[in-house]
Amino acid sequence: MLRVFSFFIFFIFAAGSQAALKIEITEGAEGAEPIAIVPFSWSGKADAPENVSAIVSADLHRSGRFAPLPEKDMLAKPSEVEKINFKNWRILEVPYLVIGNMNELPDGKYRVVFRLFDVYRAKQMTGFAATGTRGTLRRIAHQISDAIYKELTGERGAFATKLAYVKKLPKETNPNRRYWLFTADADTENEKPVLMSVNPIISPTWSPDSTKLAFVVVRGSGQSIYVYDVKNNTSERITFSKEKFSAPAWSPDGKQMAMVRLKDGGADIFVMDLKTKKKKRITRHWSIDTEPAWSPDGKSLVFTSERGGSPQLYEYNFSTTKVRRLTFEGKENLRASFSPDGTMITFVHSEGGKYHVAVMDMATQQIRLLTKASHEETEHESPSFAPNASMVIYAANYRNQRGVLAAVSVDGGVHQRFSYDKGAGEVREPAWSSFLD
Amino acid sequence: MKHISKLLIALSVVFIVVGCGGKEETKESEPEVKITKKAETVEETVEVVQQETPPPQDDMVAERVIYFDFDKSDIKAEFREIVKAHANYLSANPNKTVKIEGHCDERGTREYNMALGERRAFSVSQMLTLQGVSKSQISTVSFGEEKPEVEGHDESAWKWNRRAVFVYE
Repeated sequence: MLRVFSFFIFFIFAAGSQAALKIEITEGAEGAEPIAIVPFSWSGKADAPENVSAIVSADLHRSGRFAPLPEKDMLAKPSEVEKINFKNWRILEVPYLVIGNMNELPDGKYRVVFRLFDVYRAKQMTGFAATGTRGTLRRIAHQISDAIYKELTGERGAFATKLAYVKKLPKETNPNRRYWLFTADADTENEKPVLMSVNPIISPTWSPDSTKLAFVVVRGSGQSIYVYDVKNNTSERITFSKEKFSAPAWSPDGKQMAMVRLKDGGADIFVMDLKTKKKKRITRHWSIDTEPAWSPDGKSLVFTSERGGSPQLYEYNFSTTKVRRLTFEGKENLRASFSPDGTMITFVHSEGGKYHVAVMDMATQQIRLLTKASHEETEHESPSFAPNASMVIYAANYRNQRGVLAAVSVDGGVHQRFSYDKGAGEVREPAWSSFLD
Repeated sequence: MKHISKLLIALSVVFIVVGCGGKEETKESEPEVKITKKAETVEETVEVVQQETPPPQDDMVAERVIYFDFDKSDIKAEFREIVKAHANYLSANPNKTVKIEGHCDERGTREYNMALGERRAFSVSQMLTLQGVSKSQISTVSFGEEKPEVEGHDESAWKWNRRAVFVYE
């Protein structure tokens, strides 16, 4: 019995330290709310298939809003309501406590129960029980994180969501398939390949309901746009090699796609009806017009144009067909994408020869810098909002290591890096899904 | 200038060698896209690279790469002779076709660079047609910042990556 117990502790420690290493809060963890997440008890035939409480702890830590109490500082580790002594947590000045347990059921499934307590009032705030398989336990863990986040911040959590990104693997280890398109959980775990290619894959973007993913393959014959269906695991090519199309952007109803035609030195925005595949031209200008982003109300497209002499953001209004300039500060402003409620855009802002992440309030057109590329960094690229608009994820390019995922809170206070092994290649163009349920 | 053109020749040799290496590997693979429904992943296999014809004997035509300034697509005076030599070669050999590849350095966004590379390729194509080359002999493609010639994150690499390449098919 004692041996089983010590093995259990070791398992939690190992899994916990791995999660902590993977995501590093580089700035702004100071104001985080203390919370105790007691390792969930486990009863089953073999080892627990997932360390659910460690996943919850890593999620809440990563948000920058919470500071989970280290396990070694816990005076007790209750997993049942009756076992809680609230004094143990008041002494530590931890206002919130999470306990839970996981059991293996006779049919091989798992039942997870969790409860969140207000330590000072000695009252349960929320909790639920869920049954899942080995494959869905991580998702259940993220749903627990979402429930805790919602209860304590009043905002919907975005832990049980997906990312898509491109990885370029080193030539030496991967000569023929250098480009990989992946989907993964929001914590970059549970990575699944969508496509492998010798040709560059760029501009992955989720459909508004996150059932599909559009992306571009760049061949010697030109660029073409594909749509990947997540559920059916199939891809459809929607533009053909006689014409070069890139930069896909979904309409909010998912029925149309804005895209850019590269032709005769020009880049112009078109809108395609995805059912009939008929295209309508939107911009007609000798300069570069690219990187369209569809506003969530469907009324306009924000795009990058260098019609004013340098790349800046402009807005095309569908009803008036008029274009207005949005950005005036900074040398360049490019690649906008909207927050889910349409009140903000995030984009790349160039200043001092480097590229940073900025946001604009669409009502006031005020710009705010969220990141500043450091001395070791050259570019912050491809910002994308979390579905709850709490964070912006982007790719940070270092001089010695290209393409590391990073995220920043929308108030600019919390910064984090997702660390990868140096040999694992560069990560590019993260795109955050919408809410999945 | 002499120093630079030596470097250019060295670079184009490297380019050809690399090109040949790639050809070897790709020969066995199937062309175009293979989409597998049952498999875990959608797989795209290697395109068969077209045979590269031996370089024309003219010295200037042997120069296959020209370079651009940051965010610019106009052909610099020092490279006009090279483009002219290609124009003469193509006019004299109307059965030959050339693909102009436009490339950018890594600064800026990928899609903007895709558009900028297209404009660089087109500006070379335009100069060729102005010299009398038939449009049907020329195609253009942009690789944006996706295929740098030199790896590196400062101007010493970037200046070799902002380029247009003549590829004879």
